[in-house]
Amino acid sequence: MSSSTVDLHSHDPHGSGHGEDPHHQHHFATMAQQADTTKIGMWLFLATEVLLFGGLFVGFGLMQSRYPKEFVEAHHHLQRSLGALNTIVLLFSSWTMVMGVLAAQTNQRKKLVVFLILTILCACIFLGVKYFEYSHKFEEGLQPGHWYSHHGDAIPNSHGYATFFSFYFMMTGLHGIHILVGIILLGWIAVRANRGEFSRAYYTPVDLIGLYWHLVDLIWIYLFPLYYLIS
Amino acid sequence: MSTHTENPRAAAKLYAKTLVALLILTVITVFAAGIDFGSGNVVIALTVASIKATLVALFFMHLRSEKPVNAVIACAGFLFLGLFLMFCFIDADSRDNLQPVNWKPMPVTLPAAGAPAPAAPPAAEHH
Repeated sequence: MSSSTVDLHSHDPHGSGHGEDPHHQHHFATMAQQADTTKIGMWLFLATEVLLFGGLFVGFGLMQSRYPKEFVEAHHHLQRSLGALNTIVLLFSSWTMVMGVLAAQTNQRKKLVVFLILTILCACIFLGVKYFEYSHKFEEGLQPGHWYSHHGDAIPNSHGYATFFSFYFMMTGLHGIHILVGIILLGWIAVRANRGEFSRAYYTPVDLIGLYWHLVDLIWIYLFPLYYLIS
Repeated sequence: MSTHTENPRAAAKLYAKTLVALLILTVITVFAAGIDFGSGNVVIALTVASIKATLVALFFMHLRSEKPVNAVIACAGFLFLGLFLMFCFIDADSRDNLQPVNWKPMPVTLPAAGAPAPAAPPAAEHH
C-alpha cells in the first residue's frame, strides 16, 4: 500500500470515490474522521512529551530535597524579571497561535499568516532572552556538572550547586530545543498557509502544530515557578 | 472537528479572556513569590501553575470542546507522571542517604596559601 505514508498530497491510486478534497486519504470514511484520528495521534505524542519532561521534573524534585540549601542559593542566580518576561512572551505566543488556528477555521488566509509570523517572532524573542541568560551564566561559571566554576558559594565544595545547574541547563535546554523545532514547524506551516493550502475544510497541520506549541508553553508554565520563583 | 468554529467571534473573545486570565495569574504568582510564606510558597507557585496549565489545555488546546478521548489521553499522561513522582518520593523518603554509586566525598578543608604542609599521616612516622 503506497499510501500508508502520510503524504497528504498524493492522489491516492485507488480512487477514493468519496470526496473531492485532495487531502482526503482513502482509508478514512470522512474528513472529520481523518481529522479526529490525527488529533488522537497528536495527543498520544503530547502525552509522551509530558512523560519526557516529567522524568526531569521528578529528578529535579529529588535533588531539591537532597540539597535544599544549595538549591535555594542557586535559585538566586536566576533573574526573575527575565523569567517573567519569557513567560509573558510565551503566553502571548500561545494566544497568537490559537488565533491563527481560528483564522484557518474561518478561511482567513492573510490573518493566519500574520498570526503565524507573530508566533514565530515571540519564539525568537524567547530564545533571544534565553541566549542572554545562558551567556551570563557561563560568564559567572554557573555551568552544569564538573564545568561548574563559580566562586563564593555559601557551602563550599558541595555538589548541590553543580547539580542545580545541570538540571537547569538540561530542562531549559530541552525546552529551548522544542522552541527551535516549533519555529521550524511554524515557518513551514506559514509558507504553506501563504500558498493557500489551508481552509475551513482542511487545516489539520495548523491545528496539530498549534497543540504542540501550547504544550511547549504549558511546560514553561511549570518550569518558570520551579526555577525562577521558589526560594 | 471541534464545534466552536460556528461562532468565531465568541471563540476570539474566549481566547482573549483566557490570555488575560493567564497574564493576571502570572502577575499573581510573581507577586506571591516576593512574600515569604515559608513552605507555602511552593504550594502557591505550583497551584497557580496548574490553574494556568488547565486554562491552556481547556481553551487554547480545545480540550473543553474536543472529543473526550483526547482528554483521557492527556489525563493519562499526567496520571502516570503523578504515579512516577509519588513512588520516587516514597522511595527517597524511606532511605537514609541517597548517593550515586560513583559518589566520592570532596575534601572539606583546603590548605591555606603559605601555610605549612600538613603533617604526615601517623602511619609514616613509624620507622
